[in-house]
Amino acid sequence: MEFKTLVFYFFSIILVLAALGVILARNPVYAVLSLVVAFIGASGVWMLLEAEFLAIALVLVYVGAVMVLFLFVVMMLDIDPARLREGFWRYLPLALLVGALLLGEMTLVLNGDWFQALQAPAAASAEYSNTQALGRVLYTVYAYPFELASLVLLIAMIAAVSLTHRKREGVKRVDPAQQVKVKRNERLRVVSMPVEKEEEAAPDAPAGES
Amino acid sequence: MMTLSLSHYLILAAVLFAISIVGIVLNRKNLIVLLMAVELMLLAVNINFVAFSHYLNDIHGQVFVFFVLTVAAAESAIGLAILIVLFRNLRTIHVDDLDSLQG
Repeated sequence: MEFKTLVFYFFSIILVLAALGVILARNPVYAVLSLVVAFIGASGVWMLLEAEFLAIALVLVYVGAVMVLFLFVVMMLDIDPARLREGFWRYLPLALLVGALLLGEMTLVLNGDWFQALQAPAAASAEYSNTQALGRVLYTVYAYPFELASLVLLIAMIAAVSLTHRKREGVKRVDPAQQVKVKRNERLRVVSMPVEKEEEAAPDAPAGES
Repeated sequence: MMTLSLSHYLILAAVLFAISIVGIVLNRKNLIVLLMAVELMLLAVNINFVAFSHYLNDIHGQVFVFFVLTVAAAESAIGLAILIVLFRNLRTIHVDDLDSLQG
């Protein structure tokens, strides 16, 4: 057996077992951790396909950011794992039937001659850079979609912050709008006081009082 | 069977997709696992894209995976934010309790 095939089976088995762990785990925290392992396995498969940039991005962005977010949320929510799994055994036959049907049909098609006849291109030379090739396309042909993607991320960020932001009771803070609207008259009152000591200084000098 | 072909990768993606479908049917009471099963589905689709991109020697497939990753990250961030708001207001994320719309 070729070494590359061996590596492929190694990462695939990790990936499939971790995916099974995601859907079968009793505790959601273990499900998230299995998903992390699944992403690392997929990243290995992508390395084999010479998509180095995406493989690294998957680990850095997905495992580093999104999965940590998942982990935080799962640990923050106080959930009862037993109640979330009710109906698990009742749905199992249906789920297995649907999964087996789907898998069987897809395997019949994908195992066809056409997909096996397609030859893999020769391995890229040492000076070929996947990141460079991807960046060259991304910043020229896909410049506008790229900007749009950044906009999607910005909107998602604003939406997530504004959804989870809450007003707390009993916290003293200054409302900037109220602060701007303030007039001088509301803060400063001019009172005329009778002069107590008769002197030659101006008798009607106003005394300020804040 | 011994040498790698496109079929290997496509069938791996199909297995992953089937597993996540099974997961969605099994864990239909658990919103968090549902979100994670959707992530797994997206991963399966991405594996297809990368495999075809490699075998057809076309970098554009990888660009598409890049965009899918972006949108998936945005989707999971907003989904988790909604989950937190839900839990804060109702003290539960059990699917059966989310019936205020009488659906």
